[in-house]
Amino acid sequence: MFLNFLAELRAAKIPASLKEHLTLLEAMKADVIDYKVEQFYYLARSCYVKDEGLLDRFDQVFGKVFKGIETVIDTGTAEIPEEWLRKVAELHLTEEEMAEIKKLGSWDEIMETLKKRLEEQKGRHEGGSKWIGTGGTSPFGANGYNPEGVRIGQDAGRQGKAIKVWDKREFKNLDATVELGTRNIKLALRRLRRFARDGAADELDMDATVSGTAKKAYLDIVMRPERHNAVKVLLFLDVGGSMDPFIKLCEELFSAARTEFKHLEFFYFHNCPYEALWQDNRRRWTERTPTLDLLHKFPHDYKLVFVGDASMSPYEINYPGGSVEHWNEESGETWMRRMLDVYPAAVWLNPIPEASWSHGQSIQMMKSIMEDRMYPLTLGGLDLAMRELTRAR
Amino acid sequence: MRFEGTAGYVATDDLKVAVNAATTLRRPLLIKGEPGTGKTVLAGEIARSFGAPLIEWNVKSTTKAQQGLYEYDAVSRLRDGQLGDARVRDISNYIRRGKMWEAFTSPALPVLLIDEIDKADIEFPNDLLTELDRMEFDVYETGERVRAAQRPIVIITSNNEKDLPDAFLRRCFFHYIKFPDRGTMEAIVAVHFPDIQNTLVREALNIFYDIRDVPGMKKKPSTSELLDWLKLLMHEDLPLDVLKSRDTKTLIPPLHGALLKNEQDVMLFERLAFMSRRQGGQG
Repeated sequence: MFLNFLAELRAAKIPASLKEHLTLLEAMKADVIDYKVEQFYYLARSCYVKDEGLLDRFDQVFGKVFKGIETVIDTGTAEIPEEWLRKVAELHLTEEEMAEIKKLGSWDEIMETLKKRLEEQKGRHEGGSKWIGTGGTSPFGANGYNPEGVRIGQDAGRQGKAIKVWDKREFKNLDATVELGTRNIKLALRRLRRFARDGAADELDMDATVSGTAKKAYLDIVMRPERHNAVKVLLFLDVGGSMDPFIKLCEELFSAARTEFKHLEFFYFHNCPYEALWQDNRRRWTERTPTLDLLHKFPHDYKLVFVGDASMSPYEINYPGGSVEHWNEESGETWMRRMLDVYPAAVWLNPIPEASWSHGQSIQMMKSIMEDRMYPLTLGGLDLAMRELTRAR
Repeated sequence: MRFEGTAGYVATDDLKVAVNAATTLRRPLLIKGEPGTGKTVLAGEIARSFGAPLIEWNVKSTTKAQQGLYEYDAVSRLRDGQLGDARVRDISNYIRRGKMWEAFTSPALPVLLIDEIDKADIEFPNDLLTELDRMEFDVYETGERVRAAQRPIVIITSNNEKDLPDAFLRRCFFHYIKFPDRGTMEAIVAVHFPDIQNTLVREALNIFYDIRDVPGMKKKPSTSELLDWLKLLMHEDLPLDVLKSRDTKTLIPPLHGALLKNEQDVMLFERLAFMSRRQGGQG
């Protein structure tokens, strides 16, 4: 029962296992819900998804698997309740989507075309489906018209809700793969704040010592790891490009988490780090820090975080003199490798969506220099990056 | 036994399903959501609706899983031993029961709330795995086994400060309380203030959702703050037009202290008010 649903969920990387599946079946057997599809949706969601970041993905899979499971009753009429449609669209479209619709023309125009098309369709196939069509090139119909699937001509009263709960995709903002923005910056911050409780036992645990001594009847000294964040970070930010807003976001993010790090230093570079970096962007030509000094100054337990789009001409990485701004004696790759040799813990955060990395040659080159430790600037990416940084070496 | 919300608590359909699934199968229910959306209150309301006793276990950063089961007070036993107290012969005199023990042995079916589980050490949830799963544990000092006569209803809340281990999550039902939409919010307000004026609610909600939409807010006001604010507004008996007048001078809502909890947010509002006043002057 519903085994293909479980398979689809797993294919969508939702970590549901047989245990959850059995729980769901058990709950169904125990008559927890009435046999309504919404109720089933809620129950399945509560069983399978344990992380609000995955809720949106679950909604999509649910929509896909159970598409058409609700009976569509032909109302036999092609009259569109115009107001209802407008209301639905206004309620459920995001601003960008509204803008896209506007490109097609004014609301009234769209409605007019829509009406006409419906009339035609009704004329052509008598008593057939009242759906205008799904997908395809027509801007109307489920999925074709807008990503949330406005279902045109379906009587709102008859079906309860014309737009199904899971089609609303209310948890879109919580999706961990959405790029960082003001909405989820707080969550991102928490990710950074994870306590790194490392180091040797070096603090006397008074309570444990007293009770241990009482229990064992001899002096039993208990030590515990000092609970503080020992993470030291060097942050390298690529400035002066199209990615500046993201870089700024990242800078703010890390400085907000500053108290959580033992040390945090910012350095700027342009496209690729070379023999010198700078700390104040206004004085980037006058006050530069030689990269070699940096390598000598900060011990190897510092963790490196590069933030940049890594999009440049390949020459800027692997040829001496390839920099767009100055003559560099040694190639960017040489400098990158030098830094990575000194600091084993390093990651590169890339604001460009991961899907398009394969199109940029320089991104691939940088990624291979980083030994694949390049992560997208999303909550999920940040998570992975932080995990990589804290991994025991 | 079904949870349908209570007179003082508006439960959405999805929340009801999650609660009913968890209470029927007696698996723990993990609740997450923005602060102030009623995560902790939920447990109390479930207890009230079932007429069950509520046992609260508030987790802090220093809380250990063992403390929920029992604690062996070796120090006072040692002291008693030195004083020659007769109690010292029986070790069970020094076993202090924890909240879970209390819940397991409660005569009536209890609701156990484990509040803010993410505050504790990362190993905390792992240490409770079998105890929550089988609802039994051993007391090593006395060799006694504590077993729940009936599995208690367990509600766990989390604020997402730490990730919870997968093995733990597998054993729970999960519900994310999303921020209530306007309709739900009106219902919530109606439950709390049955005789409030409709116009006041409408205006207040307008302002409230406007504030939540202001970009760059450090701490968005939540349901509990809205309710506090409404209480204040009713108490002060402000004339309605103070809320209604959306002119630039009163951009900062009256009695904003209940809504804005952060001086940076108040400053942000003052700046916005200042800017819109200037724009108003030019226009």
